[in-house]
This record gives sequence, structure tokens and C-alpha cells, in this order.
Amino acid sequence: MSYTVPSFRHPNLPRNELGYTSKDYEGAVSTLCAGCGHDSISAAIIDACFQMSIQPHRVAKLSGIGCSSKTPTYFLGNSHGFNSVHGRMPSVATGANMANRNLLYIGVSGDGDTASIGMGQFVHAVRRNINMVYICENNGVYGLTKGQDSATTDLGSKSKKGDPSPYEPIDLCALSLQLGATFVANSFSGDKDQLVPIIQAAIAHKGFAFINVISPCVTFNNVSSSTKAYDYMRQHMASTNTVDYVPTADEITTDYQEGTTERVTMHDGSYLNLHKLEAQHDIHSRRSALKLMKDYGAEDKVLTGVLFIDETTQELHEIMKTTKTPLRNLTEKELCPGADALEKLNNQFR
Amino acid sequence: MKPTDTENPEYFHRVVDCQHACPAHTPVPEYIRLIAAGRYEDAYMINWESNVFPGILGRTCDRPCEPACRRGRIEDKPVAICRLKRVAADMKENVQARMPKIPKKKNGLKVALIGAGPASLTVARDLMPLGYEIDLYDATPKPGGYMRQQIPSFRLPERVIDEECGYILDMGVTSYFNHRVESMKALLDQAYDAVFVGTGAPSGRRLPLPNYDAVEGTGVQLGVEWLANVAFDHIDSAPEDVLVIGGGNTAMDCCRTALRLGAKNVKVMLRTPISAMLASPWEIEDTQAEGIPILENYNPAEYVVEDGKLTAMKFEIIEYDVAEDGTEVFIPTGKIETIDASLVLLAIGQNNAFPWIEKDLGIEFNQRGLAEVNPDTFQSTLPQVFFGGDAALGPKNIITAVAQGHQAAISIDQFLQNKSVEDRPAPHTNLMSQKMGIHDWSYSSAVSDEERQKVPHAPLAEALKSRKLEVELGFDDKLAFEEAQRCLNCDVQTVFTADKCIECDACVDICPVDCLTMTPNDEEAVLRQKLTVPAENLDEPLFVSEALQTERVMVKDEDVCLHCGLCAERCPTSAWDMQKYNYKTAKAGSSPRESVVNA
Ligand SMILES: Cc1cc2nc3c(=O)[nH]c(=O)nc-3n(C[C@H](O)[C@H](O)[C@H](O)COP(=O)(O)OP(=O)(O)OC[C@H]3O[C@@H](n4cnc5c(N)ncnc54)[C@H](O)[C@@H]3O)c2cc1C
Ligand SMILES: Cc1ncc(C[n+]2csc(CCOP(=O)(O)OP(=O)(O)O)c2C)c(N)n1
Ligand code: SF4
Ligand code: SF4
Ligand code: SF4
Ligand SMILES: [Mg+2]
Repeated sequence: MSYTVPSFRHPNLPRNELGYTSKDYEGAVSTLCAGCGHDSISAAIIDACFQMSIQPHRVAKLSGIGCSSKTPTYFLGNSHGFNSVHGRMPSVATGANMANRNLLYIGVSGDGDTASIGMGQFVHAVRRNINMVYICENNGVYGLTKGQDSATTDLGSKSKKGDPSPYEPIDLCALSLQLGATFVANSFSGDKDQLVPIIQAAIAHKGFAFINVISPCVTFNNVSSSTKAYDYMRQHMASTNTVDYVPTADEITTDYQEGTTERVTMHDGSYLNLHKLEAQHDIHSRRSALKLMKDYGAEDKVLTGVLFIDETTQELHEIMKTTKTPLRNLTEKELCPGADALEKLNNQFR
Repeated sequence: MKPTDTENPEYFHRVVDCQHACPAHTPVPEYIRLIAAGRYEDAYMINWESNVFPGILGRTCDRPCEPACRRGRIEDKPVAICRLKRVAADMKENVQARMPKIPKKKNGLKVALIGAGPASLTVARDLMPLGYEIDLYDATPKPGGYMRQQIPSFRLPERVIDEECGYILDMGVTSYFNHRVESMKALLDQAYDAVFVGTGAPSGRRLPLPNYDAVEGTGVQLGVEWLANVAFDHIDSAPEDVLVIGGGNTAMDCCRTALRLGAKNVKVMLRTPISAMLASPWEIEDTQAEGIPILENYNPAEYVVEDGKLTAMKFEIIEYDVAEDGTEVFIPTGKIETIDASLVLLAIGQNNAFPWIEKDLGIEFNQRGLAEVNPDTFQSTLPQVFFGGDAALGPKNIITAVAQGHQAAISIDQFLQNKSVEDRPAPHTNLMSQKMGIHDWSYSSAVSDEERQKVPHAPLAEALKSRKLEVELGFDDKLAFEEAQRCLNCDVQTVFTADKCIECDACVDICPVDCLTMTPNDEEAVLRQKLTVPAENLDEPLFVSEALQTERVMVKDEDVCLHCGLCAERCPTSAWDMQKYNYKTAKAGSSPRESVVNA
């Protein structure tokens, strides 16, 4: 077993605007099972950050517990990280974000971590519109604890050693939409062409960006009776759209056909070009997204792509009108203005 | 692209860059692993099978393998393949018992070999175990040809030549030394069943400028003749001022030898800049390390002779350029310089000469003075006469002579067994999985970060005292191990089974050098550009799989694959496997197959 990857990289590896190669965005060698979908998602995050020339030291990775939650070790080795407690990543992310709004927060969780033990935390993070990327690596099982069904296991889906699931699944995309998430996407670890630009779009999005990624667990749930297997996804995946993330600096050279391509301008001036595959869908309408997901579901199809985006919202700091300065850059005096200031504040509410 | 046919023995052979580049296709990674394991005799014998002179070549080979080495494409320097070969030769114990058995009962066929250089000795090595009777003729007193007569002892000690030529003569070759063959006709009349000409390229090129006749053979000598005289102890000193004309390896050997024979001012005079020299880079390096100046852009103009003796040489300074079509241009500047010299050594090339082959025997010659020889079979236009080594296609090097000797031996055997000489036996190949456990390989798959190890040299002052003291000391076992670990094991192939692949991306993601891509198929030029990192090195092939479930194909750019095995380790279905590819060129006596594969 190799615990290290050779230090050599392709001599012609491209460099991004910062002069970094993708190697500068790698992490430690994965200890996940060979073929685990989660590893592909890590690779997609690396690719997205590399392409966007994100400074690794300006990123904080946050996670809970699970195979999925282990993955931040395997990407962005030069970034900050907090591997928290099972289901508690949203609280840690909220706290970190409140303390320093200048970092890019990437939360990684699993379906167990999010939809079971962490559900209470998750819904509030969505509702508060914390400025972060939240990726749920959804394999329909508790991988780390050896493959028990999770709350996202589809009704009737059967894992390698289990019985068909007797319960209705929690649909995390639908839930997020209902809770007011401002960016919702669904994707598949086995389709990087789709996943990488979605992650880029989520990073560019201001506010809570939720990406549910179906990510097969090769060890416990990659069987023909499972709806979260590679084969199932390849046969049942449908897409609302494909996305191109266009950084501000890039001149727009391609002419897209009117009506099939929609351009969404992000808060930082970058663009998303959404090439519609589903003509019915209005990307700015929660109702349209929910209806379409239901319609596809009724036909045994899994709808993927960017489902919803609201690029005009206010994120938590803006809502709360907090200071623009990270707390660590404030003096003690500013952080603790004294009893008089408190008194004044309290008086406002009397 | 069409799916790659890995059944073609040449596909995986091509991936083993060093072995492919070696004219004799020595299985380099295999013997390097054996050296790392301390199995020096095994490493030696693998070499010996392919290249016959591991100890000699481990010191002197032109090393076409090293510029080909993949390691040179991922970092600066290739593996020191040549010096590792020497380690096997230096550290082995007795290998005599492992030499092939020679049948007591002969097959009744008799072959004459003319010249006892590496080409002829290789033919003898291949034919003796098959029961042929062999007569070997050489004009000089000892076997080895130019290896003994030309390559100075400070690069190649005599004992190594004695040992390795000995293994072959000891097979029962009947040798006739001090016996120059003066007439091919006479030889053919002696009822040999076949004749092999391995007489080399024995005549040095002359440079007849003004006053040449007055000093030819005294003040001006041909480098190859002078070196041979030194080798046989006919010359044991050099005058103070020596000029060597030429920029090839012979020039390097001449100047370094002169320095050891007492010359005080030795200079190498080039017509070109140093960058255009023909000598191997390491020979130039060693020459400069010994303090010998190499002067650029000096075009020889005239020998200066006083009282019948050479005193100096005149040169015209020129400007050197290379025209667009690649031809060299020498532009005279009009400036003339005279440099003192009492000996000028000419090292400006060699010619072939066959005055002893009568022109009416049916052996046809071309305009270059070389016999018409089939470059695959080495048969001449007189069917029972074969050529090999420098005598066949012009001066090259030892390993080429050996490779041609092997091919000529196959031809002679086919010819004498009444089989078609054109029908070449196919190589022996096999593929063997290296899987030991889920993530365990039977080769050391980790990639060493060590830089190329330097070979220790004898102290310069000592080295210059004697022409016989070997300059390079060779690796010790520790250095050898470190260097051996740098080998990437390119013969351990990544073997792909398309119908096992579930397209999980694990291999693509883990590959440290981004050689894998899953993508819709296309024609090669497009595919090369579509890869994760575009495949710009057109010399290296792409592997393209059968269509996968999604109709995409798995494409591997072989260029910089580290053979680290991570793709196979991360693959959940063993769609990738690491398999050792054994490729052995056919030898005389192996039976030909129907299909002919061109190497
Ligand atoms: C100075 C110098 C340095 C070199 N250094 C290297 C090196 O470092 N590495 C390398 O790979 N190559 C080197 N070479 C080249 C290499 O020596 C030759 O390419 C190689 O030896 C050719 O082998 P061969 O078997 O064809 O013939 P040779 O080795 O040339 O042997 C031919 C033999 O035939 C004999 N002969 C010729 N005519 C007759 C006749 N009519 N009757 C009987 N015998 C005859 C000659 O005496 C000689 O012994 C060097 C060459 C020179 C000149
Ligand atoms: C408080 C607490 N409860 C239970 C566990 C046991 N546990 C560890 S991981 C896990 C489920 C992880 O499932 P998921 O989030 O889907 O991650 P996966 O391994 O499938 O990627 C559980 C229940 C724990 N570590 N901590
Ligand atoms: S158990 Fe499943 S989820 Fe966990 S690493 Fe293995 S394949 Fe991935
Ligand atoms: S062996 Fe596999 S993982 Fe390693 S460099 Fe080659 S293709 Fe990449
Ligand atoms: S790791 Fe194996 S199964 Fe996965 S994509 Fe690569 S070859 Fe296919
Ligand atoms: Mg899970």
C-alpha cells in the first residue's frame, strides 16, 4: 500500500494566475476505499480552486464525521481546516464565518452527517444564508460505520448487505429549496465535467450554496439494487443545464443561442453561463425547481445541474450588519467597548 | 483512435524506453532490480545474454539508453544505467558455471569469422552453443578488436577485456591471432559453410594539407594508428606539444592518452564550436576535467615543417554557422594563427577498406566502399558471406556491433539450416501480474526522489600518472542501490481491462503525473490535445482502450508515467493491473514464427 504519492508531477502542468499548479491544491493521500466517489469530489474541489486561482491560505475547510467528512485532509493541504464533531459542522462554520468573513468556507459533510444527526444544525445554516459552500457527499449509507442505511436512502433501495429501505428518503435539495437556500445544485461524483463548474459557481455565489453530490460507496452500496450506485446514476441521471463559470477577467467570446443560454452575473462580476437542457426550467424559481425534481423523480430520473440560484440576496453578515473587519484584526477596545456601550445598545430595545 | 493492440509485442516494448533504445534490447529495468537486490550474478547474466560484454559496456557503452530514459523526462537526469551495468560486472562472483554448455558433438558446419572485435565474438557466442565449429581470424595478437586496440586502458582495463573475450574463446573457438586474412577468395576456397566479416573500419582519415608528405607518419599521425601503437606498447611517450585535430570520441582518447604519456601542452583543435562536437558529453566533461583546452573554430590550414620536422601548425580562424537546411557553414575570417606542435594526431573519422576482398567473388560494393548488405539480415550479395559491426554499415559503437552480431548469427543459422534468412524469429514475451496483496506489489513501486549519483573518480594527479590506471572507480554497493532505486520499472506495465472499469475516476484522480483521461474517442491529434495534460511528446504512444460503458475511452499518455502503480492500487475493480513485461529478442537457434514483427 502506498501512503505517499510520488513527488513528481507532469512537467507541463498548467499554472494558474497565481503561478500555482494543481499540485499546490492537493492534500494527503486518501485513505478511503479505492473507487470511493468521495475521492472524485475531492479532485473536483482541487480542480475548481486551481482554476479559480484561489489562494489556498484564504480557504477554511470544515467537516463533521464520516468518510465524507474525512476528505478535507485529502484536498487543499495548504488551507485551514476544522474536522469537527458528528453533525456539528454547520455550527463551527457559522462561528468561523462570523469571526472572519474574509475567508472562503468549504463545508464537507455526508448524508448521515447532514440528514440524520446534523439535521438540526443544517437547516439553520441554510436558513441564515451563511456565506459558504456546503457539499453533501451523499452515498445513501453511513459508510464509516459500515454501511447502515441513511435518511437519504431511497424507498426500496437495497445496499450490499441490507434490506430494501422501508422509509421515504429526505431529499436534501428539496429541503434546502424550501428553507430558502440561495444556491442549490445536484450532481454526481462520476461526472466531473458537470461537478467542477458547479463547485466554481457555488464558490462564486454569495450566500449559502448547497451542492448535493451523489457519491457511490463502492464498499457498501455500489450494487445493482441501490439507487446510489455508479450504474444506477449513469442510467438515470438527467440534467437541467450545463454550467460554464466565466471569471470576470475572461472576455466573453462565445455566442450562445438566445433562449437556450442564460447568463447569471454573480456579485463579484463573474458570470455563469447556463446552457439549458430543460427548456421548462426557470433557474430563479424555487417552485419550478421543486416541480421539475418531482416530475423527473416520477419517471425514475435523477435531476442534476444547478437547480436554483438567487444571486441578489444578502448573506448573514449583511443581514446582521456586522463589522467588515475580521475579529482577529480588531483591538481589545473595539471588541469589548465597555459597559457604557452595552448600556446604550440595550437602551435601543427598551 | 482504434483501441491499442497490446498483443503486439512491440507496444509494451516501446514503453520500456531504455530497453527499446538499446540496439541489443537489453532488459534494463530487470537487471537494475536485481542489482538493487544484490543479485549481481543474475544481473550480469541477463546482460551477458543480450549484450555479451557487460563489464566492457558498463564502462564504455555509448549508452543510447540513457537519453531515452523516462527519468530524464520527469527530472533532469536519466538513471545511470551504464554505470549500474558495471556494478553487476564488478561485484559478481564467478559466473563461469552459468555459461552455456557447448555440445561436444558438433553439427558438422563450419563458420569463419574475420576480425576478433565485438561483432565476430557475438557471432561466436551465439553459434558455439548450437554446435557449429568456428575459426576466428585476427591480424593482431589478442581478441577484442578496437575495444582493446583503441579504447585506452584508463577507460577500460585490459583484465576486463581478457575476462569477457575469454568466456567466448573458452567455448572452444579455434582462433588464429596475428593472422591477417589477405584474400577472401582463398578463405572461401577452404570450404567454410559461411563466412562472417567483422573487420571493423580500420583506416583513419588523412588530412593532406601543405607539407603533409614530409611529416606523415612521424610528426603527423592517424589517431587510431597511434592509439593502437600505444595499446600494444609500441609507443610509450609523447612529445611536449601535441595537437589533436577533431571533436569526436577518438580525439578525446588521443588527447587524454598523450597527457598520460608525458605531453605538457595538449590541445584539442575544433573546426566547430564545442556545442557542435560529436564526442559524448561525458567524454568531453572528463577531458575538460583533466585540464585539456578545447579550442573552437580553428580550421587546419598547413603543417609547419623545419628541417624535415613538424614544429607547428597553421590554422585559419573561422565563424561557424548552421544553415537552415542543417548543413554546416564555415566562414573564413582571414585571421591565421600558428600553434607550436611536434605531434599532430588526426582524429577526423574512419573509413572502411576491403582491399582483401576480391571484386569478382559476387560480393557487391556500394559507392561508400561498403559491401551491399541487407540491414536486417546482414547477408551480402554472396549468400554465404555475412557482415556485421563497423564493417557492415560503417563505424558506430560496440553495442551496435553486438546487436548486428546477434542478427547475423540468426541469419547464418537460418541459412545453414536451409531456412529462409528473411524469416526472423519473433521475440519471446510474457506478461505477469505483480500483485501480491490488495495494495502490494512485488516490485518496489515507490518513486525515489534521489538525484543521479556521481561516479567516484581516482584523484586527478594519480590518474594522470599512468595510462593504465582506471579513472572511474565505479559505484560501491550503497551508491548502486540508491541509483538502482531511481529506476522507474518501466517494464512493469499498466495493463487495462476495459470491461472491468466502472468509471469511478479513482485512477485518473490519483495519477501523480496526470497521464490518464477518460474522454470521448477522437482521432489521435485531437485526442492528444484533449487530455488532462496535452500529450505533446509525439515520440511516446497513447494507449486507447476499448469503449467504456459511457462510450468514452480510457486514454493513457505513456510519456511520463512513473509506473508507480497507484492507478492500479486505487482501482476498485482491478481494471488496471501492474504486470511485468518480459521481452527477449530472439537468438540464433530460436524457432521462427510465422508472423514477422519488426523491432
Ligand atoms: C578511439 C576509439 C574509441 C572508441 N571508444 C568507444 C567507446 O567508448 N564505446 C563504444 O561503444 N565504441 C567505441 N569505439 C568504437 C568501437 O570500438 C567500434 O565501433 C567497435 O569496436 C566495432 O566492432 P567490430 O567488431 O565491428 O570491429 P573492431 O572492434 O574494429 O574489430 C575489428 C578487428 O578486425 C581485425 N581485422 C581487420 N581486418 C582484418 C583482416 N583482414 N584480417 C584479420 N583481422 C582483421 C582488426 O585487427 C580488429 O581487431 C571507439 C573507437 C575508437 C576508434
Ligand atoms: C455523536 C456520534 N454519533 C455516532 C457516531 C458514529 N458515526 C460515525 S460516522 C457516522 C455516519 C457517517 O455517515 P455519513 O455522514 O453518510 O458519512 P459517509 O461515511 O457515508 O461518507 C456515524 C453514525 C459518531 N462518530 N459520533
Ligand atoms: S466505506 Fe464507502 S464511503 Fe467510506 S471510504 Fe469506503 S467506499 Fe467510501
Ligand atoms: S502507474 Fe498509473 S498512477 Fe502511476 S504514473 Fe503511471 S498511470 Fe499514473
Ligand atoms: S479506478 Fe478502475 S474502475 Fe475506476 S475509472 Fe479507473 S480503471 Fe475504471
Ligand atoms: Mg454517507
